[in-house]
Amino acid sequence: MSAYFKPLPNPSLTSRPFWEAAKRHELKLQRCAECGKFVYYPRDRCPDCFSDRLEWRPVSGRATVYSYTVVYRAATRLFADAPYILAVVELEEGPRLTTNLVASPEAMRVGMPVTVFFDDVTPECTLVKFKPA
Amino acid sequence: MSLKRAAAITGLAELKPLKEPGELTALKLIATVAAQAIEDAGLEKRDLDGLLVGVPFSDPGMLYPAVAAEALGMRPRMLNIVDLGGASAAGMVWRAAAAIEAGMCRAVLCVMADLNRLGEQRPPLVSLHREFELPYGNFGANCGYALIARRHMFEYGTTPAQMAEVAVAQRKNALRNPLALFNDRPLTIEEVLASRLIVDPLHLYEIVSPCSGGAAVVVAAPEIARRGPHPPVWLLGAGEYCDHSTITYAPSLTSSSVKAAAEAAFKMAGAAPRDIDLVCPYDCYTITVIVTLEDAGFCAKGRGGPFVMEHDLSYEGDLPCNTHGGQLSFGQAGLAGGMSHVTEAARQLSGRADARQVKNARLAYVNGNGGIMSEQVSLVLERER
Repeated sequence: MSAYFKPLPNPSLTSRPFWEAAKRHELKLQRCAECGKFVYYPRDRCPDCFSDRLEWRPVSGRATVYSYTVVYRAATRLFADAPYILAVVELEEGPRLTTNLVASPEAMRVGMPVTVFFDDVTPECTLVKFKPA
Repeated sequence: MSLKRAAAITGLAELKPLKEPGELTALKLIATVAAQAIEDAGLEKRDLDGLLVGVPFSDPGMLYPAVAAEALGMRPRMLNIVDLGGASAAGMVWRAAAAIEAGMCRAVLCVMADLNRLGEQRPPLVSLHREFELPYGNFGANCGYALIARRHMFEYGTTPAQMAEVAVAQRKNALRNPLALFNDRPLTIEEVLASRLIVDPLHLYEIVSPCSGGAAVVVAAPEIARRGPHPPVWLLGAGEYCDHSTITYAPSLTSSSVKAAAEAAFKMAGAAPRDIDLVCPYDCYTITVIVTLEDAGFCAKGRGGPFVMEHDLSYEGDLPCNTHGGQLSFGQAGLAGGMSHVTEAARQLSGRADARQVKNARLAYVNGNGGIMSEQVSLVLERER
């Protein structure tokens, strides 16, 4: 197996719990203790009510495809090895995530149900991806 | 306070886009195009007391306005960068007018130039994009606009042929523009759809071609503008809005903040889309034009696809659109690409568009769009009456 050469996240003070959960194969998002909304990306204050009472909560990992594209020609050589599906999925809990869908391009539909899986791309890092439910 | 007729575009210039910039530098392009725009305005450099500049992707650095002012030998009373991506040029025009209206300066050089060399590194991404987008291959603008196009097709039944028509109509305009990068032959919808699929559903000919170049306008106080060699092009209305940076956080992929920006611009202008004689919507991709025309109110939401098929977007049509060819055919010289919509509208309204002149053009709508439908700036411009 060749070494993983694609860019990896560099977690911050704010986002570290997200990536640590992913490494344990859990999907956790912040939830605002004031207004109850789930938040993604990890933030320092609730984008809605501006409260700083953001708490990490597990979420279902169930989502639908909001939109997707099959990238045949990547804008960077780092992703030029093969076509890939970039998607925005909408979680059952509300927030949208940019992610990769691992599915055949022909099977892709906007609105299709998908579910999270965890791709341990290196011993240190796990990416959050989705596949058809 | 309104900026209605507070200032006018009185000089303009754009450089012919180049695919091979050789040893040119961004500062050299800035100096070249600045000199042309100042001359076009019938002014001397010493008459310019304001400077708005974009930081070139190819020469990023801090404190760029003073670097540019020094290189040009200017001593501005107002200087700044405008960092709104493709909306920077339109953003400069109203900021210049606001500074003039406030009495801070009287004639502002708005200038952008950039180089695109194959294989050259782009500036670093902000940390959040590096952390949550790049690992999944969401890099550059292609993916974001493909996501928008796909969602627009899903919600409204927009077809690939309708999107392709935008590139086809704008190419017809480019055939009349000697400066355009692609002006040697017309395009057909079939050719666009047969070009390589880059990011499904967008094809090669629906995506701007990176190149090098520059563009500039001089925005001046009314008494200066009226003395110029060309008819002044008045700022009648302006509006700006931003509701996201990363496309993941756009409240909607298909309804953009063009709506808020355009509404503000039309309100200030006391005009409506039906009054407009030509449009210059930012066109990084074909879908961008369709979404912009919808959200600016030229057709009902979701009707942009049929709309571009039903209307003639050429310089001789019923809704002339990007008569310079748009960035799709003119070329996108980095940030300067967004200035081409401003210079073209001003060129048309001052009656200087030669073989592609729109007859009796009085009002133009210009939209600048930054990032992935993020920063939006709309302008309504008016020919001297």
